[in-house]
Amino acid sequence: MVAVHSWGRLSNQEHRVTMLGDRSQAGTCVKNTAPGLAYGMGCSYGDACLNPQGTLWLTTNLNRFIAFDGKSGRLRCEAGVLLRDIQQLMVPRGWMLPVSPGTQLITVGGAISNDVHGKNHHVEGSFGDHIIKLSLVRTDGETIHCGPEERSEWFAATVGGVGLTGVITTAELQLRPVAGPWIHTETIPYRQLSEFIELADRSEAQWEYTVAWIDCLAKNKARGLFTRGSHVHEKECANEKPRALTPIRSFNFPVMPPFSMVNRLSLRLFNMGYYHLKKLKSGEKISHYEPFFYPLDKIHNWSRMYGRKGFFQYQSVVPRDSGYDVTRAMLKAISQSHEGSFLAILKTFGNRQSLGMLGFPAPGITLALDFPNHGARTEKLFKRLDAIVREAKGRLYLAKDARMPRAMFETGYPKFHDFMLYRDPGISSSLSRRLMGS
Amino acid sequence: MTSRKRIVIVGATSAIARQCARLWVKDHPSDIILLGRNEEKLAILAADLKVRSPKTRIPCMQADFINPDHIQSVVNQIYQEGPVTMVLIAHGFLPLQKLCQENLNLCREALAINALSPVLFAEAFATHMQKVNKGTLAVIGSVAGDRSRKSNYVYGAAKGMIERYVQGLQHRFSHSQVKVILIKPGPTDTPMTTHLKESGRKMAGVDRVAMDMVRGIAQGKRVIYTPRIWRFIMGGIRHLPYFIFNRMDI
Ligand SMILES: Cc1cc2nc3c(=O)[nH]c(=O)nc-3n(C[C@H](O)[C@H](O)[C@H](O)COP(=O)(O)OP(=O)(O)OC[C@H]3O[C@@H](n4cnc5c(N)ncnc54)[C@H](O)[C@@H]3O)c2cc1C
Ligand SMILES: NC(=O)c1ccc[n+]([C@@H]2O[C@H](COP(=O)([O-])OP(=O)(O)OC[C@H]3O[C@@H](n4cnc5c(N)ncnc54)[C@H](OP(=O)(O)O)[C@@H]3O)[C@@H](O)[C@H]2O)c1
Repeated sequence: MVAVHSWGRLSNQEHRVTMLGDRSQAGTCVKNTAPGLAYGMGCSYGDACLNPQGTLWLTTNLNRFIAFDGKSGRLRCEAGVLLRDIQQLMVPRGWMLPVSPGTQLITVGGAISNDVHGKNHHVEGSFGDHIIKLSLVRTDGETIHCGPEERSEWFAATVGGVGLTGVITTAELQLRPVAGPWIHTETIPYRQLSEFIELADRSEAQWEYTVAWIDCLAKNKARGLFTRGSHVHEKECANEKPRALTPIRSFNFPVMPPFSMVNRLSLRLFNMGYYHLKKLKSGEKISHYEPFFYPLDKIHNWSRMYGRKGFFQYQSVVPRDSGYDVTRAMLKAISQSHEGSFLAILKTFGNRQSLGMLGFPAPGITLALDFPNHGARTEKLFKRLDAIVREAKGRLYLAKDARMPRAMFETGYPKFHDFMLYRDPGISSSLSRRLMGS
Repeated sequence: MTSRKRIVIVGATSAIARQCARLWVKDHPSDIILLGRNEEKLAILAADLKVRSPKTRIPCMQADFINPDHIQSVVNQIYQEGPVTMVLIAHGFLPLQKLCQENLNLCREALAINALSPVLFAEAFATHMQKVNKGTLAVIGSVAGDRSRKSNYVYGAAKGMIERYVQGLQHRFSHSQVKVILIKPGPTDTPMTTHLKESGRKMAGVDRVAMDMVRGIAQGKRVIYTPRIWRFIMGGIRHLPYFIFNRMDI
């Protein structure tokens, strides 16, 4: 048995682990060792990738490319390939993943299973929108090939299906052409939520990427920094000095402090400092895609700074029309609770639903906040936020969740009854037991 | 333009070898000959390398790893098509020590795959390398070969034999252009060691180990410990007096 945790480090319980070999053997291995659950890079914050006392199928050795067509940009690969490996190989050839979440250190299988989104949801939708086909092995030995055109109901269950429909062994992805690695970015400070909304609305037509950081401790005003970006075109690329495509220089957060380094004082200082420093440096610049898409990958294991008790991320999406009032109410509740968050991200989603039955992205405003685990105190705040999100007919992101009540899941994900028909009875997770009863 | 490299990987499907191959094809297209026991797995690896480096040629060869005649003929065949820049001998097998004690067939297999087979391959390549007075021959041993302990001494003894053997080859080629390299990885996170994870063992990542190997081989090091810390740890362990060592539960 091995102690395994997810990104939030809220628990560190024992699991049996089995490493999957290549795609020719994965199916047999899954069948012979079921029941279990696939585990990619464990970058889900909550319990979607955990199965304490049970088996985890580690997928990171399932990491071979299969074929790439340089004309169409279609890439076939095994499901344990990291997004980083795709980007580093393909960007110099003029292709890139159309959707990138805030870290590239995750697997293709994990990205499909949570139907992850990036800063360009209003243009490209989410990860599942770019999957042409995938292979799923079930614990009874069956292999299912599916895609938007082929057995599409299996596809819709698997995209965003948090690993519960089977183990994805291979996938075919449609990459997008890019002129180079450069992104033209602009950072604009804002001092009110309404300003943020206005900036987001105005930017969406012209800019491919939009996202905002928000200082949720600032009293009565929602100040923050709005960032937008677009790919630099071929002609402009030529003027850029050809810099080597090296991975981001990263370092490791070396130790686990016994208590959280994120507390009221450090947060206030950090937020104030961050806001003012970035404000000074705001404006336009040309950035390499790595620091622009994946700023957090610079510090490996940064989640350790929250100490032994770990931390939660609370990510909600609420419809656009009520979005302003709801987000205001949430920010107010947070500031009143004195629980703080320094990785607070605010973003508008474009006008499209995830194609997955349990997919998260939906038209509206999404707010993502990290909170150190202070036990009952933190849960009290979450209950208040839950009430606001439910009232607004919003939902919480399964990739981040470790605690939402079952009733909230059922109202947030009305297609979950359909989803249940496609579950693999030999697969379950902490999350599925908590939210679906098995 | 430097001439195209011709690299042979024996036991190419191993996780460590696979990662080395990826690093080798990354910068320069070359010829990589993959040797293994399972054709399907070799083809899967070849496809992966081909996506990474479309201009690399990747023939695959299936071989019986303990049949001397077969080994000889496979190696001859490779040399018929030209000399080889570098050979990596990577295959290995780590059965549970307890099972080796209970089952002599398993014990024999561990010795055959980890000691006998690499020696036969190395010997066959060495003969050809000597003829052309050129080539680098790298063999993966293990830190387990530095001092045998009760929890895996059959494997350890086989890896120890690799070390003695490589020592002899290095002596034989000391006045030639042929380089012989011994690689000693510490515990590495691969399918071979999934069961060791269970004991909560900290292991190095394959990326790191492969990077050290590729760099060390390019520099022509005689012995490569990876991660490097193992040079010092094993230095300590080798020199522990037996009355202390034998009391340790390792
Ligand atoms: C720093 C950071 C930033 C992030 N930013 C974003 C963001 O901007 N947008 C966003 O959407 N998400 C974001 N995330 C969340 C992350 O992208 C998702 O949790 C992602 O699913 C993690 O992938 P993984 O490979 O680590 O999978 P895991 O976390 O190991 O697993 C996730 C789920 O996928 C299942 N799974 C994994 N592999 C397979 C497989 N081969 N077959 C079937 N099921 C499988 C697991 O069972 C589990 O249910 C971020 C996470 C971090 C740590
Ligand atoms: N992992 C570690 O902690 C560690 C530490 C020190 C040294 N090493 C050594 O490093 C090398 C690579 O190990 P790895 O961890 O990468 O292992 P791995 O991924 O488990 O690969 C083992 C390799 O050996 C081959 N093999 C096993 N039995 C064989 C047989 N009977 N006939 C032919 N081929 C056989 C396998 O072929 P198939 O793919 O066809 O099964 C595979 O290519 C080995 O020599 C190992 O002893 C490993």
